[in-house]
Amino acid sequence: MATTQTTQVAQATEQAELAGTIRVSVPEHSLRTDLRAVSIVWRRELIRFQRDRLRTITSLIQPLLFLLVLGTGLSSLAQASMPPGIDFKTFIYPGVLAMTVLFTAIFSAASIVWDREFGFLREMLVAPVSRASIVIGKCLGGATIATMQGIIILALAGLAGVPYNPVLMLTLVGEMLLLAFTLTAFGVMMAARITQFQAFMALTQMLVMPLFFLSGALYPLHGLPAWLSVLTRIDPLTYVVGPMRHAVFSHLNLDPAAMGALSPSITWLGWPVPIMLSLGIVAAMGLAMMGVAIATFSKPE
Amino acid sequence: MAGQGSGGQVAQQAADGHRAPAIEVAGLTKNYGDIEAVRGIDFEVPVGETFGFLGPNGAGKSTTIKMLCTLARPTSGSARVAGHEVTTARDAVRRNIGLVFQDTTLDNYLTGAQNLRFHAALYGVPAAAVEPRMRQVLEMVGLWERRDSVVMSYSGGMKRRLEIARGLLHAPHVLFLDEPTVGLDPQTRASIWEYINELKSREDITIFLTTHYMDEAEHCDRIAIIDHGKIVAIDTPEALKASVGKDRVQIQTADDQAAIAELGRVFGIEAGMHEGAVTFSVASGEQFVPRLFAGLSVPIRSVSVSRPTLDDVFMSYTGTTIRDAEASGTDQMRQMAAAFRGRR
Repeated sequence: MATTQTTQVAQATEQAELAGTIRVSVPEHSLRTDLRAVSIVWRRELIRFQRDRLRTITSLIQPLLFLLVLGTGLSSLAQASMPPGIDFKTFIYPGVLAMTVLFTAIFSAASIVWDREFGFLREMLVAPVSRASIVIGKCLGGATIATMQGIIILALAGLAGVPYNPVLMLTLVGEMLLLAFTLTAFGVMMAARITQFQAFMALTQMLVMPLFFLSGALYPLHGLPAWLSVLTRIDPLTYVVGPMRHAVFSHLNLDPAAMGALSPSITWLGWPVPIMLSLGIVAAMGLAMMGVAIATFSKPE
Repeated sequence: MAGQGSGGQVAQQAADGHRAPAIEVAGLTKNYGDIEAVRGIDFEVPVGETFGFLGPNGAGKSTTIKMLCTLARPTSGSARVAGHEVTTARDAVRRNIGLVFQDTTLDNYLTGAQNLRFHAALYGVPAAAVEPRMRQVLEMVGLWERRDSVVMSYSGGMKRRLEIARGLLHAPHVLFLDEPTVGLDPQTRASIWEYINELKSREDITIFLTTHYMDEAEHCDRIAIIDHGKIVAIDTPEALKASVGKDRVQIQTADDQAAIAELGRVFGIEAGMHEGAVTFSVASGEQFVPRLFAGLSVPIRSVSVSRPTLDDVFMSYTGTTIRDAEASGTDQMRQMAAAFRGRR
C-alpha cells in the first residue's frame, strides 16, 4: 500500500512538472524571513517616494518659505542681536531642517492609514511574518524618506551661510535620521489606533505646529518665561534641534559668549543636558513608540 | 492524538493512504458584541475540492473566511486549515493559504510585478523561484504583458485577476476567494471563472469561495448554504437541487391521453397536460428519460427536462429568495460592519 502511495505521489509530481508548475515551498517563519519582510516594506516606501515627485516638491515649499522668506524678512529685526558675520538664516537653519523632517515623517506614517483605507494593509497583515517586521519596515522607510527630504534642504546650506564641512554634514544627516525615525514611529503609533484618514490628518496637523514652535527652532532656549521654558523641555523635537544647532555653530568659529547666546545647552533645572543624552532620549522615545505600535498591530481581532 | 503536529499529519497521511481534509471546521462561532455573526457551523472540505459558501450578504460568509484565514479569532469552536489549527498555528495556516478578498488589496502605485514581488518577499518565496513562478501565475491570468504597468491603470477585472495571481504566487494548498467576482460586469465575471477553472486543472489546490450569485455556486463541487450564521444545507449542487424535489419532464407524444394513462399504469406517475404537453415530475429526470423510452408504447416526439435551480434550493431551505434575504439582511450587515470597524 505504501508503495502504491509513493508511485502515486511520483506520478503526481511528474504530471505537475509536465504542466510546468513551479514548485514553491514557503519556509518556516524565522529571523531571516522577518528581515526580508522588513526590507521589502522599506523598499516599497522608497519606490512610492520615487514615484511621487509632486509630493517631494510640495513638501519642500514650506521649509523654503521659512528659510528664505521668513529668514530674510526677519533678518533686519533679528540681525541686531546676532554676532557680526552671522546671518539670522544660519540661526534658524537647523530648525528648518528639523521641520522638513517633521512634515515628511508624519506624512509617511499617514500612509498606514492610507493603506488601510485602500486595503493594502490587509495584504501585509495576513502574511506569515511577524507584525513587528512590518512596523519596523514602515518606520525605517518613513525615516529614510524624511531624511532624504532633509538632505535636499541640506544641499542648500550655502544659502544659509552654513559651511559644507563633511563632518558637519554627516552629523546633521545622522541627527535627522534619528529625528525622522522617532517621528515616523510616533506617526505609526497614532496610525495604529486612528483608522480614519481625516481624523489622522486633523490630529497630526494639530500636533505638528506646536511641536515645531516649541522646539526652539526659531529662538534660543535661554531667557524664556517659565511656562514656555517648561513646554520647550517637554517637546521631543527640542532634543534634536539643540544638538543640530550646536553642530552648526561649532563649525563657525564663534567665541564662547556668542556660542552660549545662540546655542545654549538644554537645561533641566539648571543642569545642562549632554548632547549624547539628549539624542539618547529621542532614540529611546522612538523605540518606545515603535514598541507601542507593534503591540497595537499584533493584537488579533 | 498522535497526528496533532504537522509532522504527525504527514506521517499519518502516508500510513493510512488518504489525505487529511484541507479544511475541518467544528462548532465554529463568532460574536461581535451582541451580534452572533456565525452560530456554530461544522463542515469539512477534502483536498482538491472547490467548495462554495452561498448566502446573502450579512449571512456570515466573510466572517467565516476571516476566521479560517486567522484574521478573526473564533469566539468558540475549532477550525483546521491545511492540517493546522487557526488559533494556535497562525503562521503555519498563513503559509499554506492564498487569499483574494472582496475589496482590492493591491498597491495602486506599484506595478503588477512589484505587487507580486512584495508578496513573494513577505511569504518568503525562495529568491530563485520568484521570477519563474511570477511569470507562470501572470501568464495564467493573462497579465504577463501588463506586468510593468502601474496597477492604477488596470481595469476592475484586471485587478481581480492580478489578485488571484498574487494569491497563488506562493503555491498555497488552499485558496480563499471572498466574493471573487462581486462588482464585475458579466463578461468579466465569466472570464474570471475561466481562470479559476483552468487553475483547478493546473494546480493541485483546494478552493474555498463565498458568493451570493447562484450561477457561480454551480461551478463548485460542493456548496454550503449559509443563512443567519448557520449552515442550512451542504451538498453537491446536483444533490441540493435533487433534494428540493423533482425535475419537471414534459413530453410531446402522438397520443397524449394514451400516454398519460400508460404513465400511470407502467410507472405509477400522475401526469397532466400543461402548456400543451404531457407534464409530470420525477426525482431525476435525466435518468428517467431512457426508461421512459423503453417503457412507453406511445411514440414520443420530443422531451424536455427542467431542473430546479439553486434559487429553488435556497428558497426551499431558507423560505426566502436570496434577493429578499439580502434586502432584509442589509440592516444587520450594517450593524456588523459598524461593530467590526469599532474594533479596528
